[in-house]
Amino acid sequence: MTEALLEVTDLKKYYPVRAGVLRRQVGTVHSVDGVSFSLQAGETLGLVGESGCGKSTVARSVLRLVEPTSGKIRLDGEDITHLSKSALRPHRRSMQIVFQDPFASLNPRMTAGDIVGEPLIVHGLATGKALEARVAKLFEQVGLRPDQMHNFPHQFSGGQRQRICIARALALGPRLIVCDEPVSALDVSIQAQVINLLIDLQRQHGFSYLFIAHDLAVVAHISHRVAVMYLGRIVEIAGKDELFRNPRHPYTQALLASVPIANPLAKKLAPLVDGDVPSPVNPPPGCAFHTRCRFAMERCKIERPALLDAGDGHQVACLLNEGTGRSNATA
Amino acid sequence: MTKQSDLVLEVKNLKTVFFTNSGLFKAVDDLSFSVRRGETLAIVGESGCGKSVTALSLMRLVPDPPGRIIGGSVSLEGTDLLALDEAEMRAVRGNRISMIFQEPMTSLNPVMRIGDQIVEAVRLHRSIPAREAQTIAVEMLRLVRIPEPARRAREYPHQLSGGMRQRAMIAMALACRPALLLADEPTTALDVTIQAQILALILDLQKELGTGLVLITHDLGVVAQTAQRVIVMYAGRKVEEASVEALFASPMHPYTRGLMASIPAVPAAGIVAPERLNEIPGTVPSLVRLPKGCAFAPRCKLAIKRCEAEYPPLADWGGGHLAACWRAEEVAEVA
Repeated sequence: MTEALLEVTDLKKYYPVRAGVLRRQVGTVHSVDGVSFSLQAGETLGLVGESGCGKSTVARSVLRLVEPTSGKIRLDGEDITHLSKSALRPHRRSMQIVFQDPFASLNPRMTAGDIVGEPLIVHGLATGKALEARVAKLFEQVGLRPDQMHNFPHQFSGGQRQRICIARALALGPRLIVCDEPVSALDVSIQAQVINLLIDLQRQHGFSYLFIAHDLAVVAHISHRVAVMYLGRIVEIAGKDELFRNPRHPYTQALLASVPIANPLAKKLAPLVDGDVPSPVNPPPGCAFHTRCRFAMERCKIERPALLDAGDGHQVACLLNEGTGRSNATA
Repeated sequence: MTKQSDLVLEVKNLKTVFFTNSGLFKAVDDLSFSVRRGETLAIVGESGCGKSVTALSLMRLVPDPPGRIIGGSVSLEGTDLLALDEAEMRAVRGNRISMIFQEPMTSLNPVMRIGDQIVEAVRLHRSIPAREAQTIAVEMLRLVRIPEPARRAREYPHQLSGGMRQRAMIAMALACRPALLLADEPTTALDVTIQAQILALILDLQKELGTGLVLITHDLGVVAQTAQRVIVMYAGRKVEEASVEALFASPMHPYTRGLMASIPAVPAAGIVAPERLNEIPGTVPSLVRLPKGCAFAPRCKLAIKRCEAEYPPLADWGGGHLAACWRAEEVAEVA
């Protein structure tokens, strides 16, 4: 295999929980607890999981917007985990982010053109007429009219604002774009527009996406590979089709079974898991999912399953069947 | 045909408007529908289509000003809610008709124990001793499958998880055994595994208690899994109504068709995910400047001259399948 564009090894991010007048540390939130994955050039890796599973923290750690507690992040073979701010700056050009809420991530007092052009100015790549031409081109690429450059964010609809965010991310010609729930705040008909745009742009420019979402159908549509997270760890990772057609982790299976299918003839609403996600402050020992898993054995309460190869590029962290998880055929 | 007495709710020509600085807008325009005992009616549409204002209108909770119900009738078990004065409406609200909202944290009182909030709701409508109401509260919490209901009843909302809070909301809404339950995006704020639990719970309880249910959602998956009948709304109007099977098998309004083709699917046995999602071009029109004809015409691939000039009537195309489109028959043929 060629060298990966992004290589994350054993990433951990803990937050202290403080209480009392002395702000003494009373616990630790295990937000991300040993996550490893790699991302090839031109590939989309989907990261799914429920709220609090650490998917957004992974995204932000990769960009060093959040300082990881430990672990290694390599971009293009270079270790960027401990680079200083100034040393990191040239790398910032190759990695960008698109956030969930296009209302909160655009400065309301800047024109759309200034917002998209700002990264070019910050990195000293264009000024004056050349800058304007570059911004106009970016507007066209994301399906906005160049004459809208002088409008302010509030004059745009939600979908258009997300296009502005995408144009800003594109400005520096990145190789990796992290998308943190980029379509969750949008209406269904607008969602499709933005998803199609993201796919088209990737075909044209060949960059990679780390695509974070809670909506499994959206992730399934856009990703080449998908990783499922639960309580700070990846429990399963596989090619898209393999993961959705042949899920091996009981959590993935429960997650897929919970998605309401838009077909009234396929009624099934039978939740496969009971209860809530445990707190990441004191995650359960052993396999974190054992408290909700129908197939949990005594071992699962003690031993923490490692992410092991189960064939067909499929990795799963489950102790069932000698570490290959549960076959869907037995479901 | 259904007996008249089976009807829990009958809404006729409901019109709710808002007076704003940029002009008058019709949030709900000439909406009619009915719900039978034990039936689930889903109202689906995108933000601003008027689905939430519809629910608030039924509850008589539209903020006035700026909003006002200016026409129509809402008949709940034979009583016209729009004709009641505020005191009479208070006796109905939470008693015969109740509502659960999207965000349980903002609709529960944060400084009041869960059990006491249910007791309050019960004693508002029934003159029973506090003790008895307390027993009912715990019983309701057990009914919505909250473990250790007696202990949970003494807890505050912040001590419960999101899913538990929504269960507590449901317990409160159903405590007086209402004839009609309105659920406005009840699972949108919840994770998908919790959503499945809550939807299953609502449907079980509905079956058990025979409540009529109006489920408001933007999620076609939720609609397919829960509803018997569906109303599709666009820009304040009902554009299509059908049984859930008919709607998904052969949608007759181009907007409904567009919506269905624009949602990605989870690849599974028997489902082939589309290579490229269908886009509905443009955005939802502003309700202040609605076009003269069909509101969807500017975004519609099938639009003809007539669509821009005249609003199409809501016609019955057989079997109670209603659609407001000049070319509805052709839409169904393409399907």
